[in-house]
Amino acid sequence: MKAKVYISYKEGILDPQGKTVGGALDSMGIDGIEDLRIGKYIEISFGDISKDKAKEITDESCRKLLANPNTETYHFELED
Amino acid sequence: MKFAIIVFPGSNCDHDAYKVIEEIEGAKPEFVWHRDNDLSEYDSIIVPGGFSYGDYLRAGAIAKFSPIMNALVLEANKGKKIIGICNGFQILIESELLPGALINNSGVKFKSKEVALSTENYNTVFTNQIPKDKKMFMPIAHRQGNYLADDHTIKSLQDNEQIAFTYSSEGGGNPNGSCLDIAGIFNSRKNILGMMPHPERAADALLGSDDGSLIFKSMIEGIA
Repeated sequence: MKAKVYISYKEGILDPQGKTVGGALDSMGIDGIEDLRIGKYIEISFGDISKDKAKEITDESCRKLLANPNTETYHFELED
Repeated sequence: MKFAIIVFPGSNCDHDAYKVIEEIEGAKPEFVWHRDNDLSEYDSIIVPGGFSYGDYLRAGAIAKFSPIMNALVLEANKGKKIIGICNGFQILIESELLPGALINNSGVKFKSKEVALSTENYNTVFTNQIPKDKKMFMPIAHRQGNYLADDHTIKSLQDNEQIAFTYSSEGGGNPNGSCLDIAGIFNSRKNILGMMPHPERAADALLGSDDGSLIFKSMIEGIA
């Protein structure tokens, strides 16, 4: 069992890194990008546990440490 | 007055803070390792700057789970004076001892420069020795010092006079995009101060400014 966790800044939170990278793509001549935001991707591996248990552990980890509720949101997918 | 200086893996302003406290009459500094779990014998606690746990995940995010933080919260609730500087401020924010968030500087870069600070509230245990209208000069050195909070939090900071310091134009103004030019804030009880600039690095005239010592002297003079 594996969890793939995606953490992104809430809307309205300044992401200067994303802005800079977006600007670089623009200056390379890659057109059409309206906005670019950079977040975090985390993979968590579990042993032999149920999907419900994995979901519970992942959610608790996100709430307590992985994401900052003031500035970030998270979602995750579980895979066998 | 006994000062505890908490040392995390990656703290790097702990010795600066020690030296400053040592020089002040009547004050005695001691290092306390982050794996310890008792701060009851100290009158004041310094959470120093640095890069605790390499700033992994988010600055201050992992340090908040060190055993010493339970002791810190306990002493905070007793009303003891706690100052978090730079990474120490980030740790206090992540621990929710102070409201809001510190996000990336608006200009992306790590900023290391001298700033000037205006004091917004002189009637606290951290600011009572600062002369009125004095601009205090001291350095900043951070990448995540851009203070942010929702409107409700900002309003309560203002209403309750919890804004401690703001960046002043004399030092080049706001270096990081912080809302309302905030450089430091208090908790509602005003026994906890978090600030991004480094008073411990500006506490000797030989270093270009000794304005920072006013904050530590206030902590000793102004026993609440």
